[in-house]
Amino acid sequence: MKKQWIAFQAILNKEVTRFVRIWSQTLLPPVITQMLYFLIFGKFIGSRIGNIEGVDYMAFIVPGLVMMAVINSAYVNVVSSFFSAKFQRNIEEMLVAPVSSWVIMAGYVSAGVLRGLLVGFLVFAVSCFFTRPVIHSFFMIFIFILLTAVLFSLGGLLNGIFSKNFDDVSIFPTFVLTPLIYLGGVFYSINHLPPVWQHISRLNPILYMVNGFRFGFYGLSDVNLFLSLGLLIVFIFGLILINFRLLEKGVGLKN
Amino acid sequence: MKAITIQNLSKTYANGTRALTEVNIEVEAGDFFALLGANGAGKTTIIGILTGLVNKTAGKAVIYGHNIDREFEAAKRMMGVVPQEFNFNMFEKIQDILITQAGYYGIERSAALTEAESLLKRLGLWEKRNHPARSLSGGMKRRLMIARALVHRPQLLILDEPTAGVDVELRYGMWDYLKQLNQEGRTILLTTHYLEEVEQLCRHAAMIKEGKIIKHDAVKNLVKMMDRETYVVAVRDMRELSGFEEYNLTVVDSHSFEVELNRTTELDPFLAKLKGSGFVITDIRPKGHRLEKLFLDLLKK
Repeated sequence: MKKQWIAFQAILNKEVTRFVRIWSQTLLPPVITQMLYFLIFGKFIGSRIGNIEGVDYMAFIVPGLVMMAVINSAYVNVVSSFFSAKFQRNIEEMLVAPVSSWVIMAGYVSAGVLRGLLVGFLVFAVSCFFTRPVIHSFFMIFIFILLTAVLFSLGGLLNGIFSKNFDDVSIFPTFVLTPLIYLGGVFYSINHLPPVWQHISRLNPILYMVNGFRFGFYGLSDVNLFLSLGLLIVFIFGLILINFRLLEKGVGLKN
Repeated sequence: MKAITIQNLSKTYANGTRALTEVNIEVEAGDFFALLGANGAGKTTIIGILTGLVNKTAGKAVIYGHNIDREFEAAKRMMGVVPQEFNFNMFEKIQDILITQAGYYGIERSAALTEAESLLKRLGLWEKRNHPARSLSGGMKRRLMIARALVHRPQLLILDEPTAGVDVELRYGMWDYLKQLNQEGRTILLTTHYLEEVEQLCRHAAMIKEGKIIKHDAVKNLVKMMDRETYVVAVRDMRELSGFEEYNLTVVDSHSFEVELNRTTELDPFLAKLKGSGFVITDIRPKGHRLEKLFLDLLKK
């Protein structure tokens, strides 16, 4: 057990060192991008929108933009690092060693979570230059951001396991993840949408994460919070089991 | 004690390619063992199965008493692997590569640092310890692969064509190092295309063709199987070789020729006849690569 704990630390240390070493590619871009969102949507356009559900528009979009940065960073960190290790074949260093599949998964996912949380914190810090978000429930903020980072790190790992080339790495984030995030209530409340779009929006899992996170700040949510937490936990357990099974079988890793 | 026991090992890839068919190999602890075969013969597949990079289709493999089906973790702790191609992260520092690898085997950082220092010094890489791996020369990268495989002090070292593409000086240096490791008690399993390497280093060898073992014996016995030996004879001036029809002679250049003799034939009569014909012999030596000839003969069968 102690040996596996040391192996976990080795993977985590390697991964964190990697994303910190290339901070200008991993930490800076999301902060710059989100800053532009604050400027354009918050400052320039937001001033014409006014309040949403009693909250200043600039402050309203802060949780969504932080969540967007967390989701992207956690996902991309794991998928790119895991695929890169496969591509360069240094994943074999781990496969020939007595590292369990649980530890491989935990190491990569923890690194993804750490990068996601670090980027989220930086984006939140930048948002404080534009507005002053209030905190309704620190616990809800923490639990939603942590579980979301875990979920999308696991998703990144799944993508990394199946990826055979660089196109496979970017297809899901570009064509599925990004639209779901934009349509997940980051910039608006679904209560302002026509009923049919409200129903369609409720099929988007990211809506529940953004709203849960936003509840932590302002006590506002378009959806049931218990349903949000339940969905997150179910998806996380599902992805843990799927990833573990794939790693055990060596799918995408062994011949 | 057997270091490796492979019984009826078979592998069929998903595309239907049958890479191994009921392979049986035994390697004693402390042995220096060669796995010989042409490209695609199945050598790397065997290594892949032993190390966990390839899933076997059937059969059994045991490493130092640990069956890889039931105790793969324990089996993996006994092995260090040097793959054919460089597979470390080129952007990582050399010392970090070793420390991380040690971590995968559950070795604490402080102990890993000590072991890494010892290995890097021994392999002439200590001065480069804080450089990224991509800055190393090809030979240094090879040595780094060996250091990485040894960082957890395995009993069995598996090398997949470790000297492929390295210059002669480095190859000889690496041979010396591998001999030392073997003398220290480590079992070494080696695949190589350089059959001279097998003659120089190994005590036992298995030849593999199209996924089947076609010969498994001591290297000295394999060499004995050769009934003929080729010598290179250097002379001061080449003369007419008439009267030597009973010998199989091939002129190499204006100062040397090759002669193939039965291993039981004495050299004296042949040398006397050469002298009698006016040849001044300046050198005579076995051509070498005897194993290579046997290997090619066996592959043809």
